[in-house]
Amino acid sequence: MNSDFRSVLRGLTGARLKRAVRLGVKSLWLHRLRSMLTMLGIVFGVCSVIAMLAIGEGASFEAQEKIKSLGSQNIILRSTKPPEEQKVSDKGSQSYVLQYGITYTDVNRIRATIPGVSVVMPARNIREYAWNISRRVDCDVIGTVPWYPEMRNQRVASGRFFTDADMESRANVCVLGAEMVPALFPIDSPLGKHIRVGGNYYTVIGVMERLGAGVNDSETGGSGKPAAQRMFIPLETARLRYGDVLMRRRSGSFEAERIQLHEITVKVESLDQVTRVADAIKNLMERNHKKKDYEIVVPLELLKRAEETKRIFNIVLGSIAAISLLVGGIGIMNIMLASVTERTREIGIRRALGARRRDIVVQFLVETVILSGAGGMVGVLLGMSIPFLVTYAAGMKTIVTLWSPFLAFTISALVGIVFGIYPALRAAQMDPVEALRHE
Amino acid sequence: MATPIVQFTDVRKTYQMGPVTVEALRGISFDINAGDYLSIMGPSGCGKSTLLNLLGCLDRPSSGRYRLGGEDVSQMNDDALSSVRGTRLGFVFQSYNLIQQLTVVENIEVPLYYQDRPEEESRELARRMAARVGLEHRLEHKPFELSGGQQQRVAIARALVNEPLVILADEPTGNLDSSSGSDILELFDELHAQGKTLILVTHDPTVGRRSRRTLRLRDGRIESDVANR
Ligand SMILES: Nc1ncnc2c1ncn2[C@@H]1O[C@H](COP(=O)(O)OP(=O)(O)OP(=O)(O)O)[C@@H](O)[C@H]1O
Ligand SMILES: [Mg+2]
Repeated sequence: MNSDFRSVLRGLTGARLKRAVRLGVKSLWLHRLRSMLTMLGIVFGVCSVIAMLAIGEGASFEAQEKIKSLGSQNIILRSTKPPEEQKVSDKGSQSYVLQYGITYTDVNRIRATIPGVSVVMPARNIREYAWNISRRVDCDVIGTVPWYPEMRNQRVASGRFFTDADMESRANVCVLGAEMVPALFPIDSPLGKHIRVGGNYYTVIGVMERLGAGVNDSETGGSGKPAAQRMFIPLETARLRYGDVLMRRRSGSFEAERIQLHEITVKVESLDQVTRVADAIKNLMERNHKKKDYEIVVPLELLKRAEETKRIFNIVLGSIAAISLLVGGIGIMNIMLASVTERTREIGIRRALGARRRDIVVQFLVETVILSGAGGMVGVLLGMSIPFLVTYAAGMKTIVTLWSPFLAFTISALVGIVFGIYPALRAAQMDPVEALRHE
Repeated sequence: MATPIVQFTDVRKTYQMGPVTVEALRGISFDINAGDYLSIMGPSGCGKSTLLNLLGCLDRPSSGRYRLGGEDVSQMNDDALSSVRGTRLGFVFQSYNLIQQLTVVENIEVPLYYQDRPEEESRELARRMAARVGLEHRLEHKPFELSGGQQQRVAIARALVNEPLVILADEPTGNLDSSSGSDILELFDELHAQGKTLILVTHDPTVGRRSRRTLRLRDGRIESDVANR
């Protein structure tokens, strides 16, 4: 059988193959409905592979982008309200001042005791209204340090970020997030203008670049409200203006919170130290905070976890694809076996008129390859259009990688060959005399 | 005199059916010369079809020797036998055996297809053969659109298209009424007159009588081998 197959390949000259393909198309066309139904298995197999790959790729791309914007060399600590305290404050005791979160002492401890830490970037988030005369925007005022943009992979679009000098002099300067510019300054450039925030005036010295979709929510820190507008002021200025106690309006009553820092970002000197430093910080924080009033986010770990998730997803996807193509292939084989039996007489006639075994093998193999190849082609087209529909209808990001249609198509053609060989060999092994006698 | 086209020397054919051995042919020897018109007759089960299958290289003898056109074909491999069938033999069957999805002209082309002849040349040859059997107006018809007699003529055209050494026919008139049957026999007479070598198996004595020579079989042996007139 093996040598049979090799001689098949040898016997395939261009002209002969062309005629074999024409003959194959003709006899498949003769049973149009049957051929279409047989193809469907492969169509759906290929289509689902490409579509699922595209959706999976899109999802993991988004996740990774989001994590990367946090900085893979960073470790982020955020203040969170401890659950027990929440209950107490809900009882409505108005004089109660809630004290929790990351402190300046924490920053100093991390800087002093943990080796491998290059920068510690503290930030405070205050919810305020920003005013330009009569225009108003509800925004997060982020008090932070001059190297914030560099740490968080964000860029200044126009103007500049504040400097160490601004920090030291507690200057009333601010940098606006691109998102809030249209609302406050719809016509002219905000640079050099003044805005009023909580009774104080700030000079706008810069505007940040717009953040990618889905990145915003990592900026809002503990406040939890998504896609808030952001503006930045020097940390020292924030300390001067707001002190450590924050008043928050909440359904009639006031709620006071004492939070020194909402967020700190620790930049580690090199990637391979991230895990060690993260563990050290966890230890340090556990020792110094009785309550769990902070959370630690390690983007690198998230990234690793996202990659692992993607790997598992790909394995599952691969198995589903393999099974569906297997089922499609079995469908093809089934039909071809039936076709061989049905056409026994034709095989006998062809053999009597000079067809060699390999000619019969080629005839049937070409038919299966046409079936699965055409199925693959339709599947590729469908599979590449479904992601567009998904993006359009569900707003999910999808990525059709260049290699996935090729892979799917190649596999479907291979399925045709693998599942076509047995019926074709069966046809070729028939005894001509017996085949001619067949009714 | 030239060497015979067909030389059978003590050819035997046995079929093994489980424990039972069926001796279909028990030592057959005869020669056929170029231009002969031979009929093979005998009671049912005497081995006529078996003999014709051997003559047609569709099967190999269990023992003995078969030379076709001077070449020993009795122990050739499958590929070589296929090529012998395709180039040196023409077949006409009782049930026509046309390929249903192909048109008349495509059916006639089939033997040339496997000889890798150029397409235009094959098409031209096939047209000429169709004209020779009087079907030049039916080229694009499918077999089921033709009468039995017409179908058999397509089969004869197909058997002629590769200019074989021998044309083999197994009961070619068996499925036909007497008038279309005699048309076919007239066609055979014409071919014989043109010098073709014909071998046909038949039950019908009137068919047998039209041939030049009749071989009678009984129980896998030659009973008689006589020239007619
Ligand atoms: N493939 C086979 N397997 C077993 N026995 C066979 C086979 N082919 C033929 N025979 C046996 O060989 C003998 C000759 O058969 P064959 O078909 O040659 O007869 P025949 O002369 O053509 O008969 P008929 O006139 O009915 O067509 C019969 O006994 C038959 O049963
Ligand atoms: Mg018979």
